[in-house]
Order: sequence, then structure tokens, then C-alpha cells
Amino acid sequence: MEKKSFIRRYPVFCVFAVLAVLIVLAAIFAPQLTRGVNPVKGSLKEAIKAPSAEHPFGTDKMGRDIFTRVLYGARTSLSSTFILVAVIFVVGSLLGVLAGYFGGWVDAVIMRLADMMIAFPGLVLAIAVAGILGASTKNAIIAIAVVSWPKYARLARSLVMKIRHTDFVAAAVVTGSRTPYMLWKYMFPNTITTLVITAATDIGGMMMELAALSFLGFGAQPPTPEWGSMLNEGRNFMQSAPWLMVYPGLAIFVTVVVFNMLGDGLRDILDPRSNEGR
Amino acid sequence: MLIVLIGISIITFLLTYISPGDPVRNMYLAQGLMPDEEQVAQQREEMGLNDPFLTQYFRWLGNCLRGDFGTSFALGKPVVTLLASRLWPTLKLALMSMVLMLLVSVPLGVLSAVYHDRPIDYIVRAITFFGVSIPNFWVGLMLILVFCVQMRLLPVVSSGGSFKDMILPAVTLAVAMSAKYTRQVRTAVLEELHSDYVVGARARGVQEWKILWGNVFPNSLLPLITMLGLSVGSLLGGTSVVEVIFSYPGMGSLAVQAITSYDYYLIQGYVLWVAVIYMLINLLVDISYNYVDPRMRLRR
Repeated sequence: MEKKSFIRRYPVFCVFAVLAVLIVLAAIFAPQLTRGVNPVKGSLKEAIKAPSAEHPFGTDKMGRDIFTRVLYGARTSLSSTFILVAVIFVVGSLLGVLAGYFGGWVDAVIMRLADMMIAFPGLVLAIAVAGILGASTKNAIIAIAVVSWPKYARLARSLVMKIRHTDFVAAAVVTGSRTPYMLWKYMFPNTITTLVITAATDIGGMMMELAALSFLGFGAQPPTPEWGSMLNEGRNFMQSAPWLMVYPGLAIFVTVVVFNMLGDGLRDILDPRSNEGR
Repeated sequence: MLIVLIGISIITFLLTYISPGDPVRNMYLAQGLMPDEEQVAQQREEMGLNDPFLTQYFRWLGNCLRGDFGTSFALGKPVVTLLASRLWPTLKLALMSMVLMLLVSVPLGVLSAVYHDRPIDYIVRAITFFGVSIPNFWVGLMLILVFCVQMRLLPVVSSGGSFKDMILPAVTLAVAMSAKYTRQVRTAVLEELHSDYVVGARARGVQEWKILWGNVFPNSLLPLITMLGLSVGSLLGGTSVVEVIFSYPGMGSLAVQAITSYDYYLIQGYVLWVAVIYMLINLLVDISYNYVDPRMRLRR
């Protein structure tokens, strides 16, 4: 068989990988890209200006440049989304692996907890938790993590259960492998591919949930630039300054599209079976 | 199910406990009042916050079972009355967007499966992809911008609860769900289309539309109903955001308001009610299997 380069074999994935990297770079180099415009302080003389050459996305009621705030918003949104996905990934898979490996009461306790969390529909519990903990990015992350880990725990558990009673695991236990070693060497690697795929496809959705919370006012607090809270601030100026709502929303949309495509692409590469029917 | 119910109640009850600082003080501060020590102590005693945890929990649970969810601190009315008045608008909204969703996603999903890997399929897949990636609150804002602010066709604030008021909120909710559900319809129908009996029926010369609507679609109903039940979850969660955007008088907007004023009883009531509604709907889904799947009836 002719050996094709990676780019040739997965052109879509590569395109979106590049786009994702560009978004991340734009967030990192926001100060350079905006030539040092302050995202938090504006001059009131410049308030509510329509998009122009000087302010490509216009300005808000405090005279702050929307383009600058959208770029800085990428920092908040991306970093909090990545932290959120990482937390859910680690907590969920750890609990799932433990439940699957030990079984018995450990399994019962962890999985009943998961069932309880899943019994609450969608964002309902997250909104309540984030609101009661107090509005901040950290609490929004905690709130969504609290309601989202069961998905990963269930997945990890089912994957571990599949190999838990196979001969090679029994052999490893008999030959004296210690439990932490068993977990780390056999159980985690067995779950990692599926869980990474799940995490990658979840990034977009998690970003939207975080944005939804801060849109409701339970996430990042002003004046921190964040896309969800920018939309919330812009809502009051819908008639006079629609650009306040258009650009932060577009930023969320584009970023979510890119990361969703990236996740789908990653799934196709790592798990060719799931290719069918999507 | 009983275990899940108990779990729901415990978690709901714990919501007061995760609050940083003293709940009573928070409530006063949210009202803009500066309570003195005596007031706080008295209110704590009234709310029974000084009792041991289990005593508090069982008293609260007992009250809930008798239909007493406490009195809203900020609004001064019983939580039951407040939630009950908002229940129907929210259900109406959810129902309407669900009908919308079915109207859009069933035909699209079936079409996409039948014309698998042909232009129609690609178009449907592209649309669903974008539908899944748009945050629903932004869809709502953009709809308001286009239809209310620029074209002036519909009211910006949907407080009336009339049909016209509900169009935009329902559409907003339906967008993301339709996209997800279309994909699921497509996958389910596609799977059925690949089964042997379809090949057999085709070989015997049965007309394609008869196979599709007579066999394939009824057979793929089971997973579709399950997923419908699950999507009610994201629907109920989504209503809160959409209700806030459109100032729609539902339970969700009431709850968001309650959270900002640390109105604990109202928050607990809302979370509990929505969770129970969600559970009941999935129970209905389980029961409906009996009617949809003949195998279930045989098993009795």
C-alpha cells in the first residue's frame, strides 16, 4: 500500500487543527494583535460607535473596543473551557475506573451518585449550583463539572468492566501486581482512547454551557471580557448597537464549529469504526 | 426510581449548604437590608437552621411531600403558588418547541438517511452541524434582532404568553434540539435500512415507500422515543436561558431571578420540580415502549 502523508489522509482534520491553533494563538497574543488597546478601560467619548476602520467591531457603552474585548474574551473562554474539560476528564475517568475495577460497594456508591446527578435535566442543577456558590468563572466551572462527570465515569467504568475479568488481568494480579500499578498500567490505558475522543467532541458543547452561564450572569464577572457576559451586556443596546451582540456571538459560534470539527476529526482518526453514519 | 427520587431530594436540599457564608445573611443582603445579630438569629431559628442536619432534611422532605415548599423570601408568597403559576407557560413552551422539532427533524432525518451520501444528505448534515454549534441564547438574540428590532414583526418581550409571543422562544429552543435529533433520526433509520428484511422486501418487489413507512420507520421508533425522552432534559434546562432572553413568564426566568436574590426555598422548589417532571417524562417513555414495541407486550 502506498504510504500517504498524514495531511493527505486527513485533510479536514488538519485544516481545523490549524484553525484551532490559530484561535489559541490569537488568544495568547491578544495584546500584540490589538496593539496594546486596553480591553477593560475605554474612553466615554468613544461610547457606542458603530464598526469602523478604527474599531472594526465597534465600541460598547463604556467606549471599549469590541474587537479587543472579543480577542481577550477568547482567553477567558478558552482557558476556562479547557480547565473544565480537563477537570471532568480526570475526575470522571478516575471515579469510573475505580468503580469498574473494585466493584462492590465502591462501585455502588460512585454509580448511585452518578445516577443522582444525571437525574437532573441539562443545565438546571448547574445554574442553581453556580448561582448559589456565587458568580465567578471558577464557580461556573465547578457547577458544570459537578453535573457532567457522570458521563465519563460511566464510560470509563464500562470499558474497565470489559477487561476486568479477562485472563491477562487475572494473570497480572496473580503474579503480584499491586493495585495502583494495575490501575495505571492496564485500566487507564484501556479507557484513554474513548475518553479522549469524548473529551475532544465535548469541548464545543462545554464552551457553550459556560457561555450560557456567564450570559445569565453566573460566570465571569464584568469588566472581565468574556463572550457570554459580553452578550448579556449588549442585550440592553439591541436597538441602538446590534454589533455588541453580533460579534461576541459569532466568536462563540466560530470557535465551537472549529472545535466540534476537530473533535469529530479526531474521532474518525482514533476510532475508524464510529465513522459510519455520521 | 425511589432511590433516584431520594437522591434528587438530598442534592436539592444540599443546595442551601453549599452557599458560602450564612444563608440568612445572604438573603437579607440580597434584599438590600443590613440585618442585626438578633434578626439573623431569630430568622435562623424560624428556618430551623440550628437543628441537626438529618432533622432539617426530614422536616424539609416531609413538608415537600405535603406540598409545602416553603415561602419565597424575596416575593413573600408560597413557593408552590409561584411555581404553579409558572408551570404551564414553561410546559407550553417546551411542548411547542418539541412539536416544532419533530416537524423539522423527522422528515429531514429520514430524507437524509434515504439519500445517504448524496447531495441532500450532505446538505442536511451541514445544517445539523451548524445547528449543533450555535449557542441557543445567541440564536434567540439574533431572532429578536431580526424579527423584532429590524422587521418589527413580533413583540420583543414575550410576557403575554399568547401564541404570537411564543413563536420566537419556541423556535430558539427548537433549533439546537432539531439539529441533534435530526442526526439521531438519520442514524436510527440508516441502521434499519441496512437490515436484511429490507433487502428481502426489495427483492420481492415491495415498493420503496411502503418499506420505508411501513417497516423501517416503525422499527426505528424505539430508539427515537428514548432519545426524545432524553432530549426533554436539555429542553427543560434550555428553557431557563430562553425564558430570560425573551422575558417569558416561566419557571426558568423565575428561578434565575430567585438565584440572584438568594431565595433558597424558591431555588430548591424549582430544581426539585424540574427534576421530578423530567423523571415522570422518562417514566412515560418507558411505559410507551409497551405500545410501540410488540415484543414488550409478548413478554408479559
